Amino acid sequence: MRPLQGHRQAKEMIMLEDKYTPDVYVTGGKTFADVNNDIAAPLERFPAGKWWACFILALSAFGLGAVLAADMFMNGLGVLGLNQPNGWGVFIVNFVFWVGIGHAGTLISAVLFLFRQKWRTAINRSAEAMTIFAVMTALLFPVIHTGRPWYAVIWLLPYPNQRHLWVNFRSPLLWDVFAVGTYFTISAVFWFTGLIPDLASIRDRAKNPIRKMIYSVLSLGWRGSNKNWGHYEIAYMLLAGLSTPLVLSVHSVVSFDFAVSNLPGWHTTIFPPYFVAGAIFSGFAMVVTLLVIAREVFNLKNYITIPHLEKMNKIIMATGMTVGYAYACEFFIAWYSGSPFESFAFINRAFGPYWWAYWIMISCNVLIPQLFWFKKCRTSIPVMFVVSLFVNIGMWFERFVIVVTSLHRDYLPSNWRYYVPTWYDWGITLGSFGWFFIWFLLFCRILPVIAMAEVKSVMPSEGDHHPHPAPLKEIPSHV
Amino acid sequence: MSKVSVSGKRLAGVIGFFDDPHALTKATEKVRDANYKDFDAYTPYPVHGLLTAQGLERSPLPFVTLGAGLTGCTLGFLLQYWTSAVDWPLNVAGKPFNSLPAFIPVIFELTILFSGLATVAAMFIINGLPNMKRKAFDPSITRDRFALVIEPTETSGAKGKYKPFIESEAQEFLKKAGAKDVRSVYSEGWF
Repeated sequence: MRPLQGHRQAKEMIMLEDKYTPDVYVTGGKTFADVNNDIAAPLERFPAGKWWACFILALSAFGLGAVLAADMFMNGLGVLGLNQPNGWGVFIVNFVFWVGIGHAGTLISAVLFLFRQKWRTAINRSAEAMTIFAVMTALLFPVIHTGRPWYAVIWLLPYPNQRHLWVNFRSPLLWDVFAVGTYFTISAVFWFTGLIPDLASIRDRAKNPIRKMIYSVLSLGWRGSNKNWGHYEIAYMLLAGLSTPLVLSVHSVVSFDFAVSNLPGWHTTIFPPYFVAGAIFSGFAMVVTLLVIAREVFNLKNYITIPHLEKMNKIIMATGMTVGYAYACEFFIAWYSGSPFESFAFINRAFGPYWWAYWIMISCNVLIPQLFWFKKCRTSIPVMFVVSLFVNIGMWFERFVIVVTSLHRDYLPSNWRYYVPTWYDWGITLGSFGWFFIWFLLFCRILPVIAMAEVKSVMPSEGDHHPHPAPLKEIPSHV
Repeated sequence: MSKVSVSGKRLAGVIGFFDDPHALTKATEKVRDANYKDFDAYTPYPVHGLLTAQGLERSPLPFVTLGAGLTGCTLGFLLQYWTSAVDWPLNVAGKPFNSLPAFIPVIFELTILFSGLATVAAMFIINGLPNMKRKAFDPSITRDRFALVIEPTETSGAKGKYKPFIESEAQEFLKKAGAKDVRSVYSEGWF
């Protein structure tokens, strides 16, 4: 900070400081030891009945999806609602939906880290976990969508094969393989790197020898050596720096699946930023949904505080309006381009047979988040929970609108069709939620849901009178 | 580090504990200024300013990242160029065999993939991880206490450059610097 010159300027700064209350990241007067005790508690007790109920529910949902998928593999994709001209349907909607959900974690852990937003420490661990599980869920869909997943997983990779053929690197679908694959790998590595010090904490608390052994292996022998911390912090920062362009690239590449084609409604240059904003929007909504439950169930209200959630809600509102702007801009360009096909695609979207999907999308994504203009709504748990659910629904419908309405009426009117998903589509979609929640529920019981080491680094330590050392403190001598 | 105690365990050093990071940082500076060669602080979270107090340089990891990133970028291009334009040139919608603009997404992703994995791998190697046999010196270090360990050095005092390590002397030094529960610690596993 530059030295202050004038008397008046100094006075203004002091007044500013009086008004500014530094953020408190952990409430309830917790000590460092409390952090370990509170956050490790769910890992060290046998899960309660409620957890088992949720887990069995998730398992059953996944089981239903798996049975339907197996049936689909045996009988062919004809069991789905797909037919000309709808070659893509609910599966691709789900793919984009889950990849989008998977953007919040890296955004919180990497982008907010680079911007030194200390409040991220309360939520980054669970958001990153959510990212990884969401990407794992997303990856299921393009693979099973091929109908022959055992070929799909291999044929997508460039390897020397018996057909002497290489993959087509000019296809956005292949870019997807590299983008989502890299995203999953780097997110998992980033997440695990962040976990190492916390796994060591859990290891050092463990009393049961088997438990101790498991966490000894997982923590790789971390001892908190400062020589190690030096390299660790640089590696963490570099990963954050690498993840930031990566997270922006992933949904851009996903949007290329649509934008690179010549279809009206898909072929627009606004898609990459529009998709990224939508991904952040839906991802943050999912984080709020999950955290509101987790802080209640695991008694973490002093760590995931209302101000934390309020900040999340502000981002939800901002990104919600960004997608709202994108919806409007698409219409403007459709009209301004003068292309009758382009105009038709958009008028058909809002007022055609799928008008209901379009207006669900607009209400959930653009109108409902406007509630967050009011501090009362931003800080109310029931309100934010309901709004975040609506955003999740709205963002699913956004992808439905993009995929289905653009396809169902192509250039040849005799080819037009009203796409209706079958219960295979819905059952497998439900199964994907089951799959996601199986992982998330296990995560809550096996790994610390809050980054303990990082939370400690933003807490005032003993003998620390100024948790946020501000150079302003020295001014009064001049005044 | 070949000093072997009576019980057959290797002496890892002399440890002292502090309750807050400021006291640790001050004590670390004293140990540094006393010219001990090998010593390390152990903290539950990264403490700012401690690296300087320890007289450590900034990690060289960014160079690894840069090198790996450039490698990923080059390999990403060569993979696509060789498969699409050399090994089996295939006419796809009349596009050129070497369609560089279409190759950029994969080049970018491989750049990130290589640099990310190499950064973490290098961090593990430099830090000597994984080493599962390594035990914590004290379970409180990953909870809420800050420790300083002065390690035995073979070469210490050889040319009078560094302060020689003498177990009892180091213990006294730590106590004087304000450490609590000063004791000797022994290492297990590979160091």
